[in-house]
Amino acid sequence: MSATWWAVIATCAGCYLLKLAGLAVPRRVLDRPGIRRFAELAPVALLSALIAVQMFAAGQELRFDPARTIGLAAAVAALLLRAPFLLVLAVTAAATALARLAGM
Amino acid sequence: MKVTPLDQGVSAARRAGIGVGLAVGCSGVAFGAAAVTAGLDVAQACVLSLFAFTGASQFALAGTVAGGGDLVAGTAGALLLGARNGLYGLRLAGPLGVRGLRRLGTAHGVIDETTAVAMAQLADARAERPGEHGDAARPEGGERDEAANRRARAGFFTTFVTLYLAWNVSTLIGAVGTAQVADPAVLGLDAVGPACFLALLWPRLRAAGAARLRAVAAGGAAIALVTTPLLPPGVPVLLASLAALPVLLASARPARAEAAG
Repeated sequence: MSATWWAVIATCAGCYLLKLAGLAVPRRVLDRPGIRRFAELAPVALLSALIAVQMFAAGQELRFDPARTIGLAAAVAALLLRAPFLLVLAVTAAATALARLAGM
Repeated sequence: MKVTPLDQGVSAARRAGIGVGLAVGCSGVAFGAAAVTAGLDVAQACVLSLFAFTGASQFALAGTVAGGGDLVAGTAGALLLGARNGLYGLRLAGPLGVRGLRRLGTAHGVIDETTAVAMAQLADARAERPGEHGDAARPEGGERDEAANRRARAGFFTTFVTLYLAWNVSTLIGAVGTAQVADPAVLGLDAVGPACFLALLWPRLRAAGAARLRAVAAGGAAIALVTTPLLPPGVPVLLASLAALPVLLASARPARAEAAG
C-alpha cells in the first residue's frame, strides 16, 4: 500500500479518536465545576478563533482578503436586520462573489 | 395532535441543522476537487470524507500532498486541526447523554458545525424560558435541563446526518468532476463557513449580560490571529480555548457566592 494511503488511514483513525476522546471523558470529571465552565466557554473561543483564521489566515500567513471581508460585513448587516440563517449565508456568498467580480 | 413549545423547539433545531448541513456540506465539492488536484485519487478523497469527516484536517492533508511535503508531518498537522473536536466533546457529552457503544457512532459527528448548532439550540431553549436570559447569565443551567438537551440533540443529529450526506456526495462530485467544477472562491463560498459560525454565535453574543461571552470570543479570535504566524496550522485555534481561562478565574468567586445563596 502506498505511503499516501497510510497517511489517509492514519488521519481518519486519529481524527476519529480525537472526536471520541471528549465524549469518553468520565462523567465525574465533566461534572467538576472548573471543567464544566471551561467546556461551556471553550467552544465559543474556538468557533470565533475559527472565524478569524478562516477569514484572515492562509496557512501560517496572515492575509487580508477584501472580498471575503466584504462578505462577512454583509453577513453582519444581514444579522443586524434579523435575516433568517440561510439568507445570511446567501448574502455572504453573493457579496463576496460580487466583490471578486469587481476585481477585489 | 397538540403542538407543544418543546416540539416547536425541536422543529427549529431540525431546520437549523438541515440549513447548516446543506450550506456547509456543499463545500465538499471544494474538498474533492482540491484533493484530486493535489494528487490524491478519488477513493482516497472519499475515504477521508467518510471516515475523517472533519473538513480542516482533510484540507490540511490534501495540502501536504499537493506541496509534496512530508506525509508524517502532514498527518500530524491534520490531527492538530482535529484536536479541537475533542474539546467540543467535553461540552457535548452532557447534552447528548450518550453512553456505552452508542458513543462510538455519535463521536463521529462531533465537529465544528454540529457543536455550533447544538450550542445555539441550548442557548435558544434557555433564552425562551421566562425568568432566564440565555446561557451567559446562567452558565450552568443547561446540563440538567432535559428540554434544552432534547433540542440540542435534535440539532446535533440533524446537522450530523445532513452534513455527512451532503459532504460525502459533494466530495465525490468534486473529486470525479475536478475539471468541470467552478472555483468555489469565484462563487464566494469561502466566506460561507465563517459566516455560518458567526450566525450561530450571534444571538448568544448579542444577548443581554453576555459581556463575558463576548470577551471570550474576542480573546479567542485575537489569540488565534496573533499566534498564526508563529505556530503550525491548527495550534492557534486550539490555543484560543485559553481565552476561557481568565473568565473562569474572574467568575469563580461570584459563582460560589451564587451557589451558597
